[in-house]
Amino acid sequence: MAGPFPYVSPEQFMKDRAEFARKGIARGRALVAVAFDEGVVFVGENPSRVLYKTSEIYDRIGFAAVGKYNEFESLRVAGIRLADVKGYQYGREDVTAKSLANAYSQSLGSIFTEGQKPFEVELLVAQIGTGPGHPLELYHILYDGSIVDEHSFVAIGGEADSLLEHLRLGWSEGMSLAGVVGLAMSSLSTVVERDVPAGDLEVSGLRHDGHRRRFFRLDEAAITELLG
Amino acid sequence: MVVNVDSQRTGGLPGPLGPFGADASPSFFDLLRRTAPAAVPAMLRGDPVRPELLDSLVEGTTVLALTFPNGVIIAGDRRATAGNFIARRDMRKVFPADRHSAVAISGAAGPAVEMARVFATELEHYEKVEGEQLSLEGKANKLAFMVRANMPLAMQGIVVVPLFAGYDIRAQRPSIFEYDPIGGRYESLDHAATGSGSIFARGTLKKGHQAVTDVDSGALLAVQALFDAAEEDSATGGPDRIRDQYPILAVIDADGYRELVRDAVVELVDHVIAARTE
Repeated sequence: MAGPFPYVSPEQFMKDRAEFARKGIARGRALVAVAFDEGVVFVGENPSRVLYKTSEIYDRIGFAAVGKYNEFESLRVAGIRLADVKGYQYGREDVTAKSLANAYSQSLGSIFTEGQKPFEVELLVAQIGTGPGHPLELYHILYDGSIVDEHSFVAIGGEADSLLEHLRLGWSEGMSLAGVVGLAMSSLSTVVERDVPAGDLEVSGLRHDGHRRRFFRLDEAAITELLG
Repeated sequence: MVVNVDSQRTGGLPGPLGPFGADASPSFFDLLRRTAPAAVPAMLRGDPVRPELLDSLVEGTTVLALTFPNGVIIAGDRRATAGNFIARRDMRKVFPADRHSAVAISGAAGPAVEMARVFATELEHYEKVEGEQLSLEGKANKLAFMVRANMPLAMQGIVVVPLFAGYDIRAQRPSIFEYDPIGGRYESLDHAATGSGSIFARGTLKKGHQAVTDVDSGALLAVQALFDAAEEDSATGGPDRIRDQYPILAVIDADGYRELVRDAVVELVDHVIAARTE
């Protein structure tokens, strides 16, 4: 570590970077991904109606992120480009969440170690199977490139641990979309200790509805109607 | 002092995402040309194409589009020829581009189908990156750009001429765009036809368009026009009873793109034949 700065041990350097990234992410709002009978849904507190934290990547692949907007936005767009170029050069079925998640993991890993600053982001990449009954793939990629294979539900961002507890208590296999969105909404409200109305939620996901592109997004009116 | 060499080279993202980082363009076609030039036919430059090769290219067709109140019909025959031989009897020439538009192709079949495929990917890519669809005019422009980008091949005789039709959800009206081999783009509000049999189809469309009042009368006119083209142009195929191959007809309106099922097309073909054999 040459330069005009005093010596910092590699361990300390990495620890500082990790803490920097974690603090940045913890400051932001949380987001959850929850499996339901027909797919998976992302629910997060997001008062903006135009700047999204979740997105379609490919036919059966979705993306969600927390942290610094411009950083995860550049990763989101890069992921769509990777997917579309690969799908075009090979075939649509050849685009997988696993390879995309690995690409994100490598990029974030490099940025964490060699970048001017680590990216303050955490990502989720989800892929539903070709039909109901096929397994859901859920990948959680952290700021340092670590990748975790998740199941059924996951929470990222600030208060992720408490959110996870609430989801664990309320989730069961085969719940409907209304059920899981309601669970996510109440968990978010409980954890932030205030009411999170439908208008402040970003709800989107992937579901088996017969179309090639499985991604869906619910606006405020649709969320209100869903929850009845 | 850490220097991010990678970001200077690849524009912001290291690793496998490198070529896909930075850069403001939401265009998939530009991205493909930049990251996978071999996948884009027009980039392959070489010696002038030998005449024998040109003769063996699969091409020929009639594709057409016509508007009806609040919608547009786009249709194409099924024949592909190579010189004087019939190369295919089941060729698809009408492709959905996105929910509210479609492209029909004429000219050299291979590059034409690829162009339709890149175009559909381009529209979907733009929507995913930007969060909203291009305007119908924007889509038509993008297709013109692709035709123009094919010019090196067109100069060597490998010509691709598309026909673009769609429903503009913002303006709430249908529209048709015709192209010439080097990318000129022309909007038509009533009907258009492209391909070797297009002259004959155009005559039928011209005579019959005034009487089109709805989707059914529009579809019937489309079948009649293709039938007339098939009778005059050897590179355009008529309905094939033996192999059960019929023209592809698609309707685009506010509800989106949908193709007529085989039985519906057969019914129209029967109607046309019955009227002409009385």
